[in-house]
Amino acid sequence: MNALNEKNKLGFWLYLMTDCVLFASLFATYAVLRNNTFGGPSGAELFSLPFVLVETVILLTSSFVSGLLLLAAQAGNKKMALWWLASVIILGLSFLGMELYEFSNLIHEGNSWQRSGFLSAFFTLVGTHGLHILFGLVWAVLLFYLLAKKGLTNGVIKRLSLFGLFWHFLDIIWIFIFTFVYMIGAI
Amino acid sequence: MKDSLRVKRQGYIFGFVGSLILTMLAYLLVSSQSMSMGQLFNPAGLIVGLAIIAVVQLFVQLFFFLHLGQESRPRWNLLGFGFAAIVVIIVVVGSLWIMNNLNYNMMTPQAMDQYMRAQSQKGF
Repeated sequence: MNALNEKNKLGFWLYLMTDCVLFASLFATYAVLRNNTFGGPSGAELFSLPFVLVETVILLTSSFVSGLLLLAAQAGNKKMALWWLASVIILGLSFLGMELYEFSNLIHEGNSWQRSGFLSAFFTLVGTHGLHILFGLVWAVLLFYLLAKKGLTNGVIKRLSLFGLFWHFLDIIWIFIFTFVYMIGAI
Repeated sequence: MKDSLRVKRQGYIFGFVGSLILTMLAYLLVSSQSMSMGQLFNPAGLIVGLAIIAVVQLFVQLFFFLHLGQESRPRWNLLGFGFAAIVVIIVVVGSLWIMNNLNYNMMTPQAMDQYMRAQSQKGF
């Protein structure tokens, strides 16, 4: 069982690494296009730093909580695991909600992805991350159902640990978006 | 079993607190720069500093959240990560290098003139 888990984990890890390469190409695109504002606003004029800080802390907390979820699952505490999984879903939803709010504000002000090369690259990079979060949330909701129905079987624990990997990975990608898009963009 | 779970929990808490501190540090550095009294730091230096903070946080989370390098040998996960890191660096650094060079070669004559003047004022 343990050897099989290790194999599963390695397979999923390799997927994450290829996803990493996908994000690298989007980061490279953004870095190349970041100054091509076509007379439109730059990042320094558009981004609200406190807003992004709150988003970052929310996602970081949800990543931490998904770790606690895994510990509760390994300790065989189903009630606690359900509780932590629900927290991950709520935190993930708040993060996604904030991101969509930011996007809709930008689009309302006429700064959509059609405005400039910089904004195209920005929406592609940050939007791809948001799409990953959305898929992660769908996965988490399915896991919640599975956990509530089946309890902490080996299969469920395995799925929870793969979900944990995915969620931690998305947080790491976000650190780089936070630093290279928002913080450095604001200087 | 109980003990190992407690150790793991401590690892998660350590990773969480460390990540929070690094995030706040990056935020404070940037907000102190943009708010008051002109520029506290040289912008190029600040960018390097922020990049270093991000990479430190990457390793904090890789170690405490993803437990990279703590698996049993042979460490295929670590190997996969190393390979991905190489590809990422080539893609990002290579793109920036090529595109900056291209920008340089595609300058308008006026911009080129200005650039050369600025360079010669700096002194070769």
